[in-house]
Amino acid sequence: MTEIRPSRRITGIGTVLTFVYAVMALASTGRSFVQIASRFEQAPVPYLLSAAAAVVYILATIALLLSRSRSWYRIAWVAVLFELVGVIVVGTLSLVAPDVFHADATVWSRYGSGYVWIPLVLPLFGIWYLASQRKKEKR
Amino acid sequence: MILWFTIAQIVVAVVAGVLCITIGLAGRRPGDVSVGSLAVVQLLLIAQIVVAIAAPFAGNAPVGDALEFWTYLVSAAVLPIAGVVWAFVDRGRWSVVVMGVLALAVAVMTYRMHVIWTVPAA
Repeated sequence: MTEIRPSRRITGIGTVLTFVYAVMALASTGRSFVQIASRFEQAPVPYLLSAAAAVVYILATIALLLSRSRSWYRIAWVAVLFELVGVIVVGTLSLVAPDVFHADATVWSRYGSGYVWIPLVLPLFGIWYLASQRKKEKR
Repeated sequence: MILWFTIAQIVVAVVAGVLCITIGLAGRRPGDVSVGSLAVVQLLLIAQIVVAIAAPFAGNAPVGDALEFWTYLVSAAVLPIAGVVWAFVDRGRWSVVVMGVLALAVAVMTYRMHVIWTVPAA
């Protein structure tokens, strides 16, 4: 006997958002891997931040994918807000202190201009999506 | 990298991306057209891997950072597979849009690979 139970996995437009997050997770992980493997000693702090950004992108991807469950939904909020704060703070620092947070440092440098500003726009879509899911739940 | 092949690869990936996003938004579910176009993108990526291994032996070595180049190439080669797998998990129209987005990401990454291959590392 097979029982039909509601899936924890999301469907619909949220999957597109999740996959864009997945691509960013892959891109930032790859970049961070290259930085740490080939020239970590040149700028340890920005490169560690770069690795942190990658980890949070991975976390955000998983959390969005499973955001039907209450606990993952909360983690998704935290991860998405972290991305938004990160891109604003590091984006600003990369303009104010370009020798520390130069263009190569993280995906967030210059507000993510090297990634067609996807890192800046993506958290806003994430917030919109998570907020719309909450409304649906209350109905 | 071979310039004409890279250009062809980017063109195919962009066409596949725009095609999938368009028919996905139009409500088409994953089918031969969308999965097939991703398969072509994947085949070209595998061909690019072969080219990147063979080219240095033919006197066409990368000028830029080889590690960074390979990170991009291997990452890009995962994307179409992920899209097709997802299309089998979730057979809705949004999976077609997802495949389109992934194909466009492959196009961007292929362009970046070309830049890394041809521009000397800082």
